Amino acid sequence: MSAAPLLELRAVAKSFGGARALRGVDFTLQAGEVHALLGENGAGKSTLIKIVTGAHQPDAGTLAVGGERLSHLTPAKARALGIACIYQQPALFPDLTVAENIGLRLEAGTSLRTIDWAARGARALELLRRLGAEIEPDAEVRSLSMPEQQLVEIACALGAGARIVIMDEPTASLTQKEQHLLFTVVRDLRASGVGVIYISHRLEEIFALADRVTVLRDGESVGTHPVSSINEAGLIRLMVGREMTQIYPPGEATLGAPVLSLRGVGCTASGVHGVSLEVRAGEILGLAGLVGAGRTELARVLFGLTPADAGTIELNGEPVVLRSPQAAVAHGLAYVPEDRRRHGVVLEMPIAENMTMAVHRRMFPGAWLRFGAERSLALDYIRDLAVKCTGPDAAGGSLSGGNQQKVSLARWLATRPKVLILDEPTQGVDVGAKGEIHKIVRRLAQEGLAVLLISSDLPEVLGMSDRIGIMRGGTITAVLPGNADAPTVMSAALGQSEKGAA
Amino acid sequence: MNRYFRELSVAGALLLVLAVMAIFAPGFFQPQPLLSLATREAPTLVVACGMALVIIGRQIDISVGSQFAVCSVCAGLLAAQNVPTALVALAAVTLGAGLGAINGLLVAGLRLPSIVVTLATMVTWREALRWQRQGAFVNLPDSLQWLGLSQSAGQWTLVGLAVALLAVLAYVTRHISAGRLVYAVGTDAEAARLAGIRPQVVTFGTFVLLGTLTGLAAMMNVVQSPQVDPKSGTGLELKAIAAVVVGGVAISGGRGRLWGVFAGLLLLACVAPALTHLHVEAYWEKAIQGAIILLAVVADGVRSRKSNR
Repeated sequence: MSAAPLLELRAVAKSFGGARALRGVDFTLQAGEVHALLGENGAGKSTLIKIVTGAHQPDAGTLAVGGERLSHLTPAKARALGIACIYQQPALFPDLTVAENIGLRLEAGTSLRTIDWAARGARALELLRRLGAEIEPDAEVRSLSMPEQQLVEIACALGAGARIVIMDEPTASLTQKEQHLLFTVVRDLRASGVGVIYISHRLEEIFALADRVTVLRDGESVGTHPVSSINEAGLIRLMVGREMTQIYPPGEATLGAPVLSLRGVGCTASGVHGVSLEVRAGEILGLAGLVGAGRTELARVLFGLTPADAGTIELNGEPVVLRSPQAAVAHGLAYVPEDRRRHGVVLEMPIAENMTMAVHRRMFPGAWLRFGAERSLALDYIRDLAVKCTGPDAAGGSLSGGNQQKVSLARWLATRPKVLILDEPTQGVDVGAKGEIHKIVRRLAQEGLAVLLISSDLPEVLGMSDRIGIMRGGTITAVLPGNADAPTVMSAALGQSEKGAA
Repeated sequence: MNRYFRELSVAGALLLVLAVMAIFAPGFFQPQPLLSLATREAPTLVVACGMALVIIGRQIDISVGSQFAVCSVCAGLLAAQNVPTALVALAAVTLGAGLGAINGLLVAGLRLPSIVVTLATMVTWREALRWQRQGAFVNLPDSLQWLGLSQSAGQWTLVGLAVALLAVLAYVTRHISAGRLVYAVGTDAEAARLAGIRPQVVTFGTFVLLGTLTGLAAMMNVVQSPQVDPKSGTGLELKAIAAVVVGGVAISGGRGRLWGVFAGLLLLACVAPALTHLHVEAYWEKAIQGAIILLAVVADGVRSRKSNR
């Protein structure tokens, strides 16, 4: 191609704190091209998108739009250059009409300008018809379906004269039929010379829609290929082909009796259905899957946060009903939640108070707080788990991520659980603390705990698990042995193993 | 920074006011007017203690003034029927607990925003009372006055009761499990839920406790006068919330101490008599109280912005 590419990134790097999200990514987008971006969770896709839309500034590297190099891109500048991003969850105002939403994005002028309602409606109608959408400009956005809302977003992008449209997992919440409608719109955009960056985990979509595909892994681009010259197996190899850099503690040879057995467990509200699973004493069962596959949702079902409405749950062979977290705790379940920054530890509370929070009834019979007992429990766990802190009175928020995670873990170990559910236990934790947490988890399993380990970190799942359950679309689609290799797990998570090439 | 800095600064401000009065208007420190002032504020202190716990639990109750009036009138009507004083007190407290439970059920059970729920119950109780009483006062038998004691003994009893209650509640919130749960729920209800705590039960409990204390406060007020005004308690919610906020309880929940609330209430209550003794026009009272509240809110705002860094 002779003309300068529509978008060109060279050696773009970005770090957050100590974590390097992007380490020198090259990426080009031509006019009239659909360019797919593929990678595991945390491979750097979102960071890349945020750099293109001006939300983040790269630490190094260059970014050029239409051959013109840009030094300092802001979200406003990106919009003015014709870069538009359509997110999975459309960011529209639900109580305003379609025309009002489009007008808010596109109309210039001050907040005190007078509004030409007729022109506003006509413009909205014109944009929507160009997309072939049968949406009335007067409709409230709340009344629209998800794909209709996406179309409104695309209409905004078109109206703004977007030349570069980024679509972040646009089909995640769409039905088959709605997907086809969206694909038609994307092809029309391509035909009119717009460059589309298309992010999806669904390989079949990439083969159906994209011209080229770039694979990101650990913040690096590991290859850009025309879709016609690569197959699904090749893509999966690119996504996971990395060396194991960490040493994981060895697993236990002998496992005990089944502690937790699920048969056909489902929960309509959270989309979990037909989950059958068994975890034995001393076993670490890894749960792998993509974001949105239903792993956290399953954990929340087991912990009684969104109680199961189908199937049976057995603990040590006894059927149990887990309708609330209190019931789950009483039956010996413990759940160390994802996102500890928000809800795992109470940041304003001292470590000691955080650690005893789930065991008030046992620790404090008669309701009187026993500060001595609390302190000695906290000191025990601080020593056992090697929590780095100034003492039991230090606030939870004063600790590093890994140490907060240890406090969260201690809170649940204090309940003396039989089943420990860990949700992304090492997310955002530095390498040293990560290794320590791995050792602790393995030791707990050796002491006879049944561990359910949810993790998007593939090497972690592979290294830690005795068996690996694969979740996809709200259910367990496969259970693989702990020595499965990365491509096998990744293809199962992507849903390629049973369906084959589409 | 010392973690009681906020409370200590309120106490410091109070001491400063007292010091200023000692130098410029020693007439302020006459025992009888001070005892009367303390007696008048005793019911407010009792309500403010309950309010503090509700606010620490990240809720609010603006219906306490109306609850107070309903309890006062009912206590008055019972007393007028020559029901023994102990039973009257029991009835007022039970009724308060019931009114608190209604708020608690609506807020915790139906998960409605407490400001709206208690706004509704505030108006409902007040208007129901107006319809029922048509503005008529309730005349009380002499035996109810000062609980049948002499005036000064009655005053000392009421003040002693309020302070003892404060001491007990302040101790208990720090030393029993339920007290800590209020702080946990007020800081992060979702984290508390994930730790197996039932935030809704905790919230309900704080509303019932506040209602109970409001009923008691109503009784403490009824015995101070020969009549019950059906409009009594108007503005009580504002006085209580002001004391709570000035005393260092975070309006966003999870932080604060009852003894700080005590200092806050004393500081606000001192304003009017201090002005009188300094020969400043009484009109300034509300303005100065407002300024104190504003200062407290600004201090908390600056503080929380700093700690978020």
